[in-house]
Amino acid sequence: MGKIAPVLTVLCAIFTLWYLAAVWMNATWVYDQAARSGTTVTLAEVIPQTMAQDRPLLPPPHQVAQVLWDGVTGQAVTSKRSLVYHGYVTLRGTMMGFVLGIVLGVALAMAIVRFRVMEVSVMPWAIISQTIPIVALAPMILTVSNQIGIDNREVPKAIIAAYLSFFPVLVSMIKGLRSPDQMQLDLLSTYGASEPQTFFKLRLPASLPYFFASLKVAVAAALVGTIIGELPTGAVEGLGARMLIGSQFGEPLIMWAALFAAAILAGGLILIVGWIERLARARMGVPA
Amino acid sequence: MKDTSHTGQPVIEARGLNLTFQTGDGPVHALKDVDLTINKGDFVSFIGPSGCGKTTFLRCIAALEHPTGGTLTVNGLSPDEARKTRAYGYVFQAAGLYPWRTIAGNVKLPLEIMGFSKADQEDRVRKVLELVELSGFGGKFPWQLSGGMQQRASIARALAFDADILLMDEPFGALDEIVRDRLNEELLKLWARTSKTIGFVTHSIPEAVYLSTKIVVMSPRPGRITDVIDSPLPKDRPLEIRDSPEFIEIAHRVREGLRAGHLDD
Repeated sequence: MGKIAPVLTVLCAIFTLWYLAAVWMNATWVYDQAARSGTTVTLAEVIPQTMAQDRPLLPPPHQVAQVLWDGVTGQAVTSKRSLVYHGYVTLRGTMMGFVLGIVLGVALAMAIVRFRVMEVSVMPWAIISQTIPIVALAPMILTVSNQIGIDNREVPKAIIAAYLSFFPVLVSMIKGLRSPDQMQLDLLSTYGASEPQTFFKLRLPASLPYFFASLKVAVAAALVGTIIGELPTGAVEGLGARMLIGSQFGEPLIMWAALFAAAILAGGLILIVGWIERLARARMGVPA
Repeated sequence: MKDTSHTGQPVIEARGLNLTFQTGDGPVHALKDVDLTINKGDFVSFIGPSGCGKTTFLRCIAALEHPTGGTLTVNGLSPDEARKTRAYGYVFQAAGLYPWRTIAGNVKLPLEIMGFSKADQEDRVRKVLELVELSGFGGKFPWQLSGGMQQRASIARALAFDADILLMDEPFGALDEIVRDRLNEELLKLWARTSKTIGFVTHSIPEAVYLSTKIVVMSPRPGRITDVIDSPLPKDRPLEIRDSPEFIEIAHRVREGLRAGHLDD
């Protein structure tokens, strides 16, 4: 109960600002039309006309909601106009990239924690990799994978998504695998524990909280990577492609609907990751 | 049943033991010419100010540090070999229980690593939890237990694989006085029941005198032994013994030994 009031207040503020901005931005078009036909319009006449344009500069919330609803429920899910279809394509790419990113991040972290020389030789490159704008890199990855004969568009998309999502996993896992203190390592040493035993009994379980914390960042990064991977492909599938089509053909409503579909998808993914995290924490005895 | 006729045989022997750490400020003599014999069934306390090498000596016995000179044997073996024969259990200052394992799971940890059978594991966990009076707490997670109970669980963990030597590094240092008294009493009972050899690091004089059959007083820079006191107190020791003249006399001698070590500075 105590949480709902502030959430609603912020939501109301956002909607109010959004409507005001929509009136202000879309009014220009109404005044231009009026000037062209030599008539004058009053403010009371302008406002309704800013709410239902075909190509608004900024569509008001209800228009976006309507297009979004139509895109989700108004089409067969196999239709090229269905947001469920495009959302599914993007989700598939995101999941592939996410899993690839996790595998890469965890494997690199294990190697870096195990071999001191890996930290010096590999870690700087991992950091540099994140400073290169992915928008600049994405077309190259697409071209290269095409050159070496990968026709499947899913692969380069997954690589771009993994490129963004492995880093948070890598950083967290290095910290997590190193989190056991000297006393805990000494204890295992008094048992004569082998290195694999130390890893599986101590380092790995100790790193899990760090791992789950990184997953939320990684899954969002994978989604962003996938959408960016869909932008320059001339792709016809995926939410990124929808956004591009909307922008290129001057259909802002399509763009906004795809944008919100992506946001909802991201929210859902983060909820699922959070739910898995809670399950794991409960199993590991963390107080609720 | 253990054969108690072997009581008194030397189990830990140090001869001219030296350990020098190379640091940026030059060598640090953590241990210098340490000679000590610990017999089977002894309860030996190491007492001294910080930097006197008491913990370092215990860590040498456990093969967590390696001496740079002299000889050290555990059951006639080198510390590294002794570890492979599961000669000792080690209890640290912090309980160091894994938060993701239950109490039973934590006690099971050394057994899993050493490859005991599943049935044997269950059996041993039940027995040692009983020994430290934690029966019924096996399914709890560490955060659900008090600090004293957590430390008892860590003692159970060190006892689980039946090591004859128990090495304890200020195990009750982080606990309050009342809990500490109770655990000291329980530790004495446990020692009487199991006839283990115990090496115990502390910086509390009453704790050292109350628990030990032999008190080793150490002093720093370089870390060395200044006095070894064989306690005349009987094996059966109620808490009230701490008010007896004998107790006060030993405590006095320990204090004198500690002071003498400091005068050398």
